[in-house]
Amino acid sequence: MTVQVKKRPSNPHSFLASKPSDKLMDVVIWVLVIFAVIVTLYPFLYVVSVSISDGAAVARGDVILLPKGFSLDAFSMVTKNSQLWISYGNTFFYTIVGTLCNLVFTCLGAFPLSRSHFFLRRQLNFFVAFTMYFSGGLIPTYIVVTGIGLYNSRLAMILPVLVSAYNLMICRSAMSSVPQDLFENAALEGASDFYQMLHIAVPLIKPTLAVLALYYAVARYNDFFNAMLYLGDSNLQPLQIFLRRVLLQASNEVLQSAGGQAAAAAAENTLKIRYICIVLAAIPIFLITPFVQKYLVSGTMLGAVKG
Amino acid sequence: MSAISRRSANVVNQNKTLGQLIRRDKYLLLMFLPVLIYYLVFSYLPMVGIVMGFEDFRMGSGFEGLFTSKWVGLKWFSQFFSSVFAWRLIRNTFLLSFFSLIFGFPIPIIFAVAITQLRSQRFAKVAQVITYLPYFISTVVVVGMMTNFLSPSSGIINLLIEKAGGKRINFMSDPSWFRKLYVISGSWQTFGFNSIIFVAAIMGIDPSLYEAMEVDGASRWQRIVHLILPGIRETIILLLIMTLGNLLNVGFEKVYLMYSPAVYETGDVISTYVYRQGIENHKYGYASAVGLFYSAVGFAFVMTSNWLSRKATGSSLW
Repeated sequence: MTVQVKKRPSNPHSFLASKPSDKLMDVVIWVLVIFAVIVTLYPFLYVVSVSISDGAAVARGDVILLPKGFSLDAFSMVTKNSQLWISYGNTFFYTIVGTLCNLVFTCLGAFPLSRSHFFLRRQLNFFVAFTMYFSGGLIPTYIVVTGIGLYNSRLAMILPVLVSAYNLMICRSAMSSVPQDLFENAALEGASDFYQMLHIAVPLIKPTLAVLALYYAVARYNDFFNAMLYLGDSNLQPLQIFLRRVLLQASNEVLQSAGGQAAAAAAENTLKIRYICIVLAAIPIFLITPFVQKYLVSGTMLGAVKG
Repeated sequence: MSAISRRSANVVNQNKTLGQLIRRDKYLLLMFLPVLIYYLVFSYLPMVGIVMGFEDFRMGSGFEGLFTSKWVGLKWFSQFFSSVFAWRLIRNTFLLSFFSLIFGFPIPIIFAVAITQLRSQRFAKVAQVITYLPYFISTVVVVGMMTNFLSPSSGIINLLIEKAGGKRINFMSDPSWFRKLYVISGSWQTFGFNSIIFVAAIMGIDPSLYEAMEVDGASRWQRIVHLILPGIRETIILLLIMTLGNLLNVGFEKVYLMYSPAVYETGDVISTYVYRQGIENHKYGYASAVGLFYSAVGFAFVMTSNWLSRKATGSSLW
């Protein structure tokens, strides 16, 4: 007797197409997904192609998808610009210090709210949640931030965005899903609340913290709004402000700083310089994001968990 | 958290005086203190600052100015609502969010369905990683790419239009293009990331249901319509309600970076107007009043969506 083993498809959510209409559906789905991937990737590929192509070919409009010729001259022009490196350095400072502060204070705020016996739990929960739904608005916030002396201070990039209420709620949900016995046992053995948070809650919610770290870091890295409002001093400004000048305000500071011999090649390099700046700005994001990919699904799901 | 543990926590707390509770939870209070100060200073103090909207506030007067400035009542509000800008700003804000919702909401769902129907799981994973990357790119870079791609002199899009025999279009300074560009670029940036939650919901559907349908001889299309879409109905409704709650939350940053006086007709929204009037023209009282109107309408939207969500799914977003 032979047992016919039907081969299951690798993906349990799809099955082998048998009817002609299913085959058609298969094709439609493939086309759809491939189209989505191309639409997403094309702008980036084009930007990279322009940034490494020969300047003259770019100026003639020959570059459509793949690079034409090869020239890194413009790269050295950009990298010689001191403002770029100052901005880059500032951005890294704001991202690293900012994210660390974000995580520390989010955990400090979330842990008390996750303890079911905490006598102010409900009141403080409301105190935080309310800020997600109502705000004083741009002008009063601006008056407060500048009023406490944060204008042209590095702290203006950190303090006003110290804790995100939404992320705090995610962190609190994760902490309250840790088995309560662990805390009770630790408390019986005399562990303080600080010890419980640091040695029980935090290690057990590492995947959530990884996602929060990603969200915070990306927000700090991309922060343009606070910098525009509160940082007038170009020595403190982050990369996003520099990018805005080069990409959107047609600033030719890069060409100017590159000096005389570059000025001759100015026209054909303007576009290249802009696209090189995009490449330089996007590299850190493209390097980091795929590594946290596995946590992303659980992280996004957490956002939907009700309070 | 279960109702039982909450009840027992209340019982434990009931027998204690406030002093005892404070002494017992002193470390929890201490832990929360920095966060408390943070929200008081950066969220609640600005809420107090709303009184500026009813005053003739001058910058030099600092915090005390909030209490010493001349009271003007509803002057700024009536000035705003009788100005020619009020209707244009409200219309632009609403339409920008409305079109973002109409076009932006279904795409992640369609993409999620497509990606879960792929037999090659490796390609599905690769496609997912690629499509959610733009979500993490900054607004400055996205708008920068868009502006340069669409540039009438050197942009690739106009280059291609010309090669195809068309005429160059000055996209960024044409009011009839503003909303389209805002919605399309927004969708481009978020569809992959927003599909993650729908993919997870589809993966949560019991696989044995698929087998049952397969035995019944259902086609792929039937399966999508009769099993997958009903299976993620709850998720769709919940997210739709959440999106509705934030409907008026037009991204200030993106509009600010995209627009120019040439496209104010369709591009100027309430938040950018508040910025120009307040920060650039120093009309703090007037700008706060407009901002307060905006916050209040936003709050009403969130409350309504929260109420809807409670009705629809029995769960509140709070």
